Amino acid sequence: MGLRRRLDGWAVFTLLTALLVAGPLIGLPLSFLAAPDSISRFSGLVPEALAATAVLLVGVGTGVLLLGTALAALVSFCDFPGRGWIEWALVLPLAMPGYVFTLFALGLDLPGIRSEAGAVCVFTLVLYPYVYLLARAAFLAQSRALLEAARGLGLSRRAAVLKVAVPLARPAILGGVALALMEALADFGTVNLLGVRTFTDAIYRVWFTALDRDAAMQLATILMSVTLALLLLERLARGRARYHQHAARGDVVPPVRLRGLAAAAAVIGPLILVGVTVLAPLAQLGVWSVESIQDGLLAPEFAAAARNSVLLAAVSALLVPIVALLLAYGVRASGSRAAAGAARAATIGYGLPGSVVAVAVIVPLAWLDHRIDAATGAGLVLTGTVIGLLFAYLVRFLALAWGSVEAGLMRIPRRLDEAARGLGADRLDVLARVHVPMMSAGLATAALLVFVEVMKELSATLLLRPTGGDTLAIAVWQATAESLFETAALPALLIVLVGLLPVAVMIRLSGRRGAELEAAQGAGAWAEELESREVVTA
Amino acid sequence: MTAPIRLRGVSKSFGATHAVREVTLDIERGELMAVLGPSGCGKTTLLRLIAGFEVPDSGCVNVGETVVAGPGRVVPPERRRVGMVFQDYALFPHLTVEANVAFGLSRRSREEREALTRGTLELVGLQHKAGDHPGELSGGERQRVALARALAPEPELVLLDEPFSNLDATLRAGLRREVELILRDAEATALLVTHDQEEALSLADRLAVMREGRIVQVGAPEEVYGRPASRWAAQFVGEVNVLAGVARGDGVETELGRFDLRAPASGTVHVAVRPEQFELTVRHDGNAEIVAREFRGHDVLYRLRHEGGRTVLVQLPSLELYEVGARVFVRPAPAAVTSLVD
Repeated sequence: MGLRRRLDGWAVFTLLTALLVAGPLIGLPLSFLAAPDSISRFSGLVPEALAATAVLLVGVGTGVLLLGTALAALVSFCDFPGRGWIEWALVLPLAMPGYVFTLFALGLDLPGIRSEAGAVCVFTLVLYPYVYLLARAAFLAQSRALLEAARGLGLSRRAAVLKVAVPLARPAILGGVALALMEALADFGTVNLLGVRTFTDAIYRVWFTALDRDAAMQLATILMSVTLALLLLERLARGRARYHQHAARGDVVPPVRLRGLAAAAAVIGPLILVGVTVLAPLAQLGVWSVESIQDGLLAPEFAAAARNSVLLAAVSALLVPIVALLLAYGVRASGSRAAAGAARAATIGYGLPGSVVAVAVIVPLAWLDHRIDAATGAGLVLTGTVIGLLFAYLVRFLALAWGSVEAGLMRIPRRLDEAARGLGADRLDVLARVHVPMMSAGLATAALLVFVEVMKELSATLLLRPTGGDTLAIAVWQATAESLFETAALPALLIVLVGLLPVAVMIRLSGRRGAELEAAQGAGAWAEELESREVVTA
Repeated sequence: MTAPIRLRGVSKSFGATHAVREVTLDIERGELMAVLGPSGCGKTTLLRLIAGFEVPDSGCVNVGETVVAGPGRVVPPERRRVGMVFQDYALFPHLTVEANVAFGLSRRSREEREALTRGTLELVGLQHKAGDHPGELSGGERQRVALARALAPEPELVLLDEPFSNLDATLRAGLRREVELILRDAEATALLVTHDQEEALSLADRLAVMREGRIVQVGAPEEVYGRPASRWAAQFVGEVNVLAGVARGDGVETELGRFDLRAPASGTVHVAVRPEQFELTVRHDGNAEIVAREFRGHDVLYRLRHEGGRTVLVQLPSLELYEVGARVFVRPAPAAVTSLVD
């Protein structure tokens, strides 16, 4: 007779948590069964949203592809004065949410900004770093032998880059484009402020104007399928990128020194780009902020909004990494394949638009709320409070924390778990006494990323915030929509400054070897540098 | 005085692979036992079954007076009072040597914890490294920390998984002795797993030879070496010549001469003759020729071709050397006692 393993507590915990997180998203398409003709009442919205989405996908896709790849090629294959600085300055737009840049553009009353073309420009400017970062990592990982072989076959240097380096980096570039497009699809603030009627905008209008939850869920389902298609593309591209990057190691392509006009252009071009995208908006926001304080234009709710933002972000930064850690550890401790699959399903929320997540979580929460209210008379404890919002943040950002937590956990050999167990530690002890201390850096990174993302989050917050629960992001959006640009400036400035934190951390982690690199251009130093860059940009 | 470690009919499969089959084994208190077998024979799985990292499909494991694995009962590893020294030591890199050793003592009182930690560090001679991190230690020091960490909670049994395989060959012999002395000082009961027969023979009080998941022989080193239970066991534990012969009472007649038998027998048999159980003399009318010579320092292994056509391994002290190609006469050494094999 065989011995039966008792039902494993960690496997059960992991399965339940994953179900809790992924359940609402999986249940979203059911809205088509529940009320099949809801969406037909808004039959005008879908073609309109599809058309706007197609324009955004094509426009932004082309824009970030060209801009990101060109800039990555420039800093990877050319050398010019100040290259080290420019290389990292080009990452700064990552800290600029689209709606903040839109506030700046609207405040200056740039001609033609309120259009699909305007939205394409805004998204291209703030989203190209995704392509830039991934393409640059791929270029830097390429072996010089390949480029030299191409040149030996009679290609000019420029032709060799175009015909060999860029095609080799294609998986990485495509992955970057897919990420940028997912961000563009998820955006609500920019398109709403610029009057571009995409799905997120349609969901908002159906939700608040028509109060039709079923139709909102059906719109969200359509948007979710577009996003999941992009996500799939990104996964496929990334799988191949990994293969390419590890095929080539050692000799790195030596950059060509630019002189004269070319060098001047290589410095001035990126500087103008970063100036327009980051420095000018920051300066303008600074000026408006000062004016708003002097003229008493600051919204009376500003302090409450700032407090709400920080509280929500701080609680999420604590909650989300802990859930990610417990989930990842549950998979590891139980060794259950079902748990591993469930955990993967729980992380699909990432990349899904905040509006989709909000619409998905509200229905089960509202159902539960009414049950609780009927049983205890406690009122709407879930949907009427921040609990619903925090849950939406958990669904949306779990994957963000999962990435660093799981990577950290994988680096800890299982032998250490066994050693600790043999010394009398139970599985929770192993987590607390071995894993958490060993991966504190990864947990801190996860917390920082979640904190910043929650500070910037607009669309889910807008749909799920309890009364009086405005955040800085909502304050920016509302004031901008009413053309109160000075009032919007200070909260926007705070959001951007907080958003600069992870970018600064990333630059610091990468730049640590920068100075030594200038001094010793030896192959060893390069290889080391490369490895550190791969880690950061992965 | 607690009861020894007992395994009864323990089996474990992974899919179609039967890693451990029907293993029954007793380990006496204070004993140092070695499980010897080729890689893939299931010896590491056996260790993990005792430690509790695997659950047996059938059979039962007792540690002390407790059934730790048996029908309807599985005690998790943390409650088995079994310490383990891993092949790669698995020291906690974020903790100092002292904190590593104290890891298993968290439920003791503060005084007890400090006393046990200090005492164990002294036992392994690393009190001066207490504040170092594992990354700052040499391989041998790491091994001693791993041993101290396993010994500190005073376990019923210490398991050692290939403890010397990560060390330089030059360090190995010295550390082997050192580990043995530490284990004996601590009066620990220990089970060591290895594929190195020299290690098993020189270190263990008793050894269990394992093959394809089964234990094929258990005994003191000299017994396993001198009286192998099977041809395979004879070949795995040291070099051996298996000779056919005709047994008559307490002797056996082979083409290389007559050997004494450990137990009387009759009929056609095979016997296992160790290389050191032969004698050589250089003679032009000898019955064999030296084909190869392997110099090992204190002794020499010769490979001979016997006039009957078979190859014979002969091991002699290196006091006198014979050249390859020399014609020699090979015969049983006086008092060469052999055992029957299959």
